[in-house]
Amino acid sequence: MEFGTGSRTILKNEMKLHFDAISVNEAFARVAVAAFVAPLNPTMEELSDIKTAVSEAVTNAIIHGYDEEFSGKDQDVCPQVYLQCRISEDVLYVEVEDKGKGIEDIDRAMEPLFTTKPEMDRSGMGFAFMEAFMDDLEVISAPFQGTLVRMQKKLGTIPWIRQED
Amino acid sequence: MEENFRVIDNYLMVRMPEEVDHHKSVYISKTADEYIMNEGVGNVVFDFEVTRFMDSSGIGVIIGRYKKISYFGGKVFAINADTRIKRTLMICGLHKVIEIME
Repeated sequence: MEFGTGSRTILKNEMKLHFDAISVNEAFARVAVAAFVAPLNPTMEELSDIKTAVSEAVTNAIIHGYDEEFSGKDQDVCPQVYLQCRISEDVLYVEVEDKGKGIEDIDRAMEPLFTTKPEMDRSGMGFAFMEAFMDDLEVISAPFQGTLVRMQKKLGTIPWIRQED
Repeated sequence: MEENFRVIDNYLMVRMPEEVDHHKSVYISKTADEYIMNEGVGNVVFDFEVTRFMDSSGIGVIIGRYKKISYFGGKVFAINADTRIKRTLMICGLHKVIEIME
């Protein structure tokens, strides 16, 4: 592992976090990932993409993975969200995991505008945003087995995209 | 945060916070609905002047308010959105149902 000054000389870096599944930690999680990826000198756009995707995944874990009927509010120990990040060359890998109720039909859950909580004003765009803002998205889940969301994003590609515009 | 809600004529002006996520959106929806019900306003304007981050929770807030007021012929507007926020709104096709103004 080597931290250079300015240029992208980090080859490998890794971090793990777990935190209480409460909504105030959504901001904490996305800022933590943004800080982790900072040595790669991401652009503002890349940072914003990453923060949005992390925010979506963590919000899902909190409001769907651990919804009220699954994890009663009077528990002494708050359910946890597990966040793992890895940098390898210029690719960021992010994993967000909960041990909650899991997803019955993953394909359906990933459809844009599909939501199980319309009464909570959820837009059903969470997975669609993760797909739009990251390069790769994988969702592993089964009922009562929790949910694992794996995402990756290659940094430093925005200049190529901008040339197309 | 109540100062972020103002009624001008038939419009509810909502000043969106710096970061719009699930944590903040619950309060925004609830308070906006109270104004819509109690003041009987027909239209809602979301002001993104200080907003630098928004995830799909913000989309939920806008769609939820749109459903409530469009039923009575009201309109929803988004003003002062930066390019990031505009992009987020347009990915969802929201520009087809609300008016995004400079």
